[in-house]
Amino acid sequence: MTALLEVRGLEAAYGASQVLFGVDLSIDSGQVVGLLGRNGMGKTTTIRTILGLLPARGGEIRFCGDRLNGKPPESIARMGVAVVPEGRQIFPNLTVRENLIAFAANRAAVPDPWTLDKVYALFPPLAARERNLGSRLSGGEQQMLAIGRALMTNPQLLILDEATEGLAPLLREEIWRCLSRLKAAGQTILVVDKYVERLIALADAHTILVRGQVAWRGSSEALSADRTLWSRYLGV
Amino acid sequence: MTPTLIVAQILNGVQLGLMLFLLAAGLTLIFGIMDMINLAHGSLYMIGAYLTATVTSATGSFFLGVGAAIIGTALIGMALEMSVLRQLYKRDHLSQVLATFGIILIVNEIVRMIWGAQPVLLNAPEVLSGPVEIVPGFRYPAFRLFLIGVGIAVALLLFFIVNRTRVGMWVRAGASNREMAQAMGVRIKLLFTLIFGLGAALCAVAGALLGPILSVQVGMGESILILAFVVIVIGGIGSIKGALIGALLVGIVDTAGRALLPLILRDLLGRDAATNIGGALASVLIYLLMALVLFWKPEGLFPARS
Ligand SMILES: Nc1ncnc2c1ncn2[C@@H]1O[C@H](COP(=O)(O)OP(=O)(O)OP(=O)(O)O)[C@@H](O)[C@H]1O
Ligand SMILES: [Mg+2]
Repeated sequence: MTALLEVRGLEAAYGASQVLFGVDLSIDSGQVVGLLGRNGMGKTTTIRTILGLLPARGGEIRFCGDRLNGKPPESIARMGVAVVPEGRQIFPNLTVRENLIAFAANRAAVPDPWTLDKVYALFPPLAARERNLGSRLSGGEQQMLAIGRALMTNPQLLILDEATEGLAPLLREEIWRCLSRLKAAGQTILVVDKYVERLIALADAHTILVRGQVAWRGSSEALSADRTLWSRYLGV
Repeated sequence: MTPTLIVAQILNGVQLGLMLFLLAAGLTLIFGIMDMINLAHGSLYMIGAYLTATVTSATGSFFLGVGAAIIGTALIGMALEMSVLRQLYKRDHLSQVLATFGIILIVNEIVRMIWGAQPVLLNAPEVLSGPVEIVPGFRYPAFRLFLIGVGIAVALLLFFIVNRTRVGMWVRAGASNREMAQAMGVRIKLLFTLIFGLGAALCAVAGALLGPILSVQVGMGESILILAFVVIVIGGIGSIKGALIGALLVGIVDTAGRALLPLILRDLLGRDAATNIGGALASVLIYLLMALVLFWKPEGLFPARS
């Protein structure tokens, strides 16, 4: 079986300063993969390059077997990649409802697609705030909206960059519960997060980045067994 | 200074404001979403006026002329975007200003070659040529009322598109965060071309309607373009609502200032001085307004990016 997303030798840079030095990453359909690393190691950069927001200087990105290198972000999104970005990036001048319906699609024609009602059922606070502008939401509500907005495109691959960052503990648990429900429903997910225990409980496999290179990759069992990895690469 | 004079001046101001809105709406979307300063916007306004004049005199129908101008100008606008302007999005503002200024010169020259250097005749349609009595004793030109009506109708249509359709949501999303809009799958190139077409169509409406009042001549786009830029700076770059409010403010302040300031000053300064000073003061009034707004709200009244 070929991987849904296959990244090989990925290199990327901001101007003259190179940030990624040959990142490999592979995600099978239905799998949940964690991408870990300390601050500034290149997790967000990896995601931005996969999304086409930053050009790949070297290496290859394949999605469903198609090469993504050089494709504009909108094409990549329309192929079935959706992101819950760092900082949420809710559209502040769109209402909650508009943030959800504006980009809704089911291009892969999945049999039981996400709808507005389903997203509201998953995140009831959003239903209550339906007519509010994105800018009026609390951090937790924004995070729910960012996830809902991505789900409404019925993506084949869902990418979350620090989705629990800055949330109160209860809300954080809410997000983790939501992610495990998505996993149970068969959603393929790439997750970047700082909460290693939670990530181990959720994901099947992990990749650890150190200064733009893969320092380690392996299963949840291997990562939870080897605590030296945590202190060496993750600083926890 | 009679009440009817004041009412008439306010109506004139609203009418100018609505026409400015037609220009500013496209300009602010292009500036807000594509981060593109397009000086050639005024050229599309001129093209719209010339196409209206030509088709009107060929067919004898002003309304046919307007329809043809809208379609023709929209097509020209889209062609311009796809061929030249698209190359400029990634450049800095100075390059955009220089390149689109170049387009102004080229378009002016082409128009001069086709239509000649003399102003072209464009009259208001027969049915709207007379005045109407709005309330007993108060008469106002029918064509100017028509402009106000069309301005309001187009504004409503635009607000419907921007606020009620998915395309409008993409436009607003693109204005506040273009990259995220792309990451959500918005085909930004196609959207840009459509917005250009829409902006050009609105220019054509303004050019067609102002043509009979002002004058259809080479260079007509430049003076009004400056007003349109003042409008979008006051309203907040990228905001349609801001463009409407800003346009009405500028329209009313400019028109009323020109008509009423000399009258107001006459009691204080005497007739001649009032005419001179009042006129000079009136012409800088909108810039004072702009400075005032920016002092209070540096991003304009309704900035799309916050
Ligand atoms: N826009 C940018 N311009 C220049 N350098 C950048 C830019 N964004 C990130 N970097 C640099 O690239 C490196 C990797 O950043 P990146 O955001 O990918 O890290 P990260 O692993 O996501 O970190 P964090 O956990 O803090 O989100 C860092 O050294 C950062 O300083
Ligand atoms: Mg990051």
